[in-house]
Amino acid sequence: MYETHYHRASSVDDAAAQFANGSEAKYLSGGQTLLPVMKQRLAAPSDVIDLAKIPALIGIDFGGDSVTIRAATPHYDVASNEALQKALPALAALAGMIGDPAVRYRGTIGGSLANNDPAADYPAAVLALDATVKTNKRSITAADFFKGLFSTALEDGEIITAVTFPIPAKAGYAKFRHPASRFALTGVFVAQTKSGEVRVAATGASQNGVMRVPAIEQALKANWSAQALDGVSISADGLMADLHGAADYRANLIKVMAQRAVKDAA
Amino acid sequence: MTAISLTVNGKVVSGNVEDRTLLVHFLRDHLNLTGTHVGCDTSQCGACVVHVDGRAVKSCTTLVGQVDGASVTTIEGLSQGDQLHPMQAAFRDNHGLQCGYCTPGMIMSAVDIVQRHGGKLDEATVRHELEGNICRCTGYHNIVKSVLDAAGRMSTAQAAE
Repeated sequence: MYETHYHRASSVDDAAAQFANGSEAKYLSGGQTLLPVMKQRLAAPSDVIDLAKIPALIGIDFGGDSVTIRAATPHYDVASNEALQKALPALAALAGMIGDPAVRYRGTIGGSLANNDPAADYPAAVLALDATVKTNKRSITAADFFKGLFSTALEDGEIITAVTFPIPAKAGYAKFRHPASRFALTGVFVAQTKSGEVRVAATGASQNGVMRVPAIEQALKANWSAQALDGVSISADGLMADLHGAADYRANLIKVMAQRAVKDAA
Repeated sequence: MTAISLTVNGKVVSGNVEDRTLLVHFLRDHLNLTGTHVGCDTSQCGACVVHVDGRAVKSCTTLVGQVDGASVTTIEGLSQGDQLHPMQAAFRDNHGLQCGYCTPGMIMSAVDIVQRHGGKLDEATVRHELEGNICRCTGYHNIVKSVLDAAGRMSTAQAAE
């Protein structure tokens, strides 16, 4: 590993203060992305500020119609939370599909969202469920949070503290995994809110990162069923094309994953 | 430099390390616990898996500073003296290894899998749960067999306690 300075923060305020002291500091949560990226020299922070042991950032809290996952809660704890498996099973299932078991023990929701990898799973849930990202400075709506590849509304030094998800009437998530990396070649999260609105978000597909899929939303609004999507065609414009899949392949995957997500929705 | 203190295989170890030190390098280079391997160094292969506070994690993707104060168990800490852990014994009896490079990580992950699933393990679950551990020799058949065998032995051992 290359040279860096490690600091364990005792509180969110302490973390922000330590960040300000570093010349090119970065926050470290589970480290399941940042550390590999540092090994590749794609990031070379002067200081890493460890958020993972801050007590205020760990845990899952249930409100009347919402659930709040604090930012440093590992994927394993989200996936295995029995109350969440009942209240929002699609979100627990999504957390259980990230990476592999060892990665899920350390990776966190806050780290995933702050990184905003275009093939990460959590952004699809955040956008489809119209969740609110809470930071040490403000609350950011899902629509405002994601700003494209590896880019978010977070300002320099701003820390995600929690994410609040409204509990939907139904939701489901399906992804076609890249067989080696387990990232989503394309993943689709479908949600029907308690007021009847339908929101659908796809990850791994667009060149700009996570996106809503209006064609599927309209079809599901008229008829919430997998069959309702049989005749829908998704444009390949703006979708990623790489050695793993062409843009039209991903366009088709959006439909197929949406159908599987609707079938699994609960 | 960072001052650290953690428990490794039941013994408290402390010292000053460079901030950049990965847990796997601390175990291998500072403590001479070379059973934990570096395979891919990109958190894909799982040869470096150890338990941190009872959870199987990739020690090549963990700074030692992150586990300051934690309890770490490596492959060297599994057996009781000369008596192999049931998972180790099952790997030996079922020929669950060939070159052996992935084996320490496989065993540490497998123990974690059995601890989480208990007696409810089936072949499909074992194969799915082992997706973070790569073996290039065996084709996994005997590894899966070993884990299922050990799951039985571990629940019997637990029942006897």
